[in-house]
Amino acid sequence: MSRAARPPLDFNPPYLHPEYRLTVQRAPSQRLVELPRGWFHTTPGPVFGHGAVRPGENDLTTQHEGQPIGQKIILSGRVLDSDGRPAAGTLIELWQANAAGRYLDPHDPHNLPLDPNFDGLGRCLTDSEGRYRFTTIRPAAYCGPVGTSFRPGHIHVSLIGSDLSSRLVTQCYFEGDPLIWVDHVTAGIPDPRGVERLIARHDPTTTIIGYEESALGYRWDIVLRGQTATPLDHVDDRR
Amino acid sequence: MTDDELILTPSQTLGPMYGFALVFEGADHAVDPADPSAITVSGVLYDGKGPLAQPDGLVEVWEGTQFARSRSDREGRFQVTVRKPEARVLPDGRPLAPYLNIAVFARGLQKQAQTRMYFPDEDANATDPVLALVDPERRYTLIAQSIEPGLRFDIHLQGEHETVFFAF
Repeated sequence: MSRAARPPLDFNPPYLHPEYRLTVQRAPSQRLVELPRGWFHTTPGPVFGHGAVRPGENDLTTQHEGQPIGQKIILSGRVLDSDGRPAAGTLIELWQANAAGRYLDPHDPHNLPLDPNFDGLGRCLTDSEGRYRFTTIRPAAYCGPVGTSFRPGHIHVSLIGSDLSSRLVTQCYFEGDPLIWVDHVTAGIPDPRGVERLIARHDPTTTIIGYEESALGYRWDIVLRGQTATPLDHVDDRR
Repeated sequence: MTDDELILTPSQTLGPMYGFALVFEGADHAVDPADPSAITVSGVLYDGKGPLAQPDGLVEVWEGTQFARSRSDREGRFQVTVRKPEARVLPDGRPLAPYLNIAVFARGLQKQAQTRMYFPDEDANATDPVLALVDPERRYTLIAQSIEPGLRFDIHLQGEHETVFFAF
């Protein structure tokens, strides 16, 4: 049997994971309806965003006059589908806290300092090989009020690929952070190999050395649900 | 290709603080609201305790080239502008009733909940092959209601009126 014919390993968290308390009131409780392959999985993706991404939106450190505070990093990698093919033209949207653990979002309840030179949002499209690259700063770990715990430092990532079933919102963590393994969010992932998938690794090949240009490289590859359907499975678009 | 590549990247919750990044100006309009075909779809996002009381839900509409996002407000309300899509057909030729794919993201939702919105007063709903797979007593959760102006489509993650969600 060829590799490509094997179903991918799916370690997605279940909706209900009581250790993450809010899932108790938000997890759908009824059985999900399964549609035959091709009725859903190959719904084509939107053209949204493809014309709207501007060059430079993948560099979060040059969006203001000054440089942001914090450890400058290069986060790069490839987006593949689960058949191993590059997911070219995937829209990646990224958002994160700053080096103090504060989001620009007006709903962030924390009284932590904002950085006037860092908004913490970026976008890019993957190239023909599925490659992407962001320049940003490493976000701090932060916690909520008394009774909560520190979450591992993380970058939020949204991906819009070629079809609806590959739509993914997830979080990227950093190699060596002990908080990854005591976190109530990652704990919902039923296999440590799934958690490992979310960890960016130090990458000397993308690291830049040279005073103010310096940036520490991290590599993070992403695997989206593939399109293993045959052409017969496609829903006709008769518009 | 290594075995490693066969492991899907797992989903993680959207978290509460995404609004400044994902919900840019105009994101809630899949079509120009001034377009004669534009329809306003509004609704309330509920969890097991009632309408979402924090702005931590995101409703995303995706059908063909139409794409829109709305962040729920402090009363769980969301609103998008769309148009009614043309009907599609299955590979075997059976017609599908017009519908919109809707994904719900939220803090505490570890992966998106995927549903569909069908249009009221649509004869094709009665013979739609997808609706036929849904428990008849729960089909109503997938069909919008006509209001003035536009359509109302409430989404219940849990509870007596729990919306039908689809595996993906």
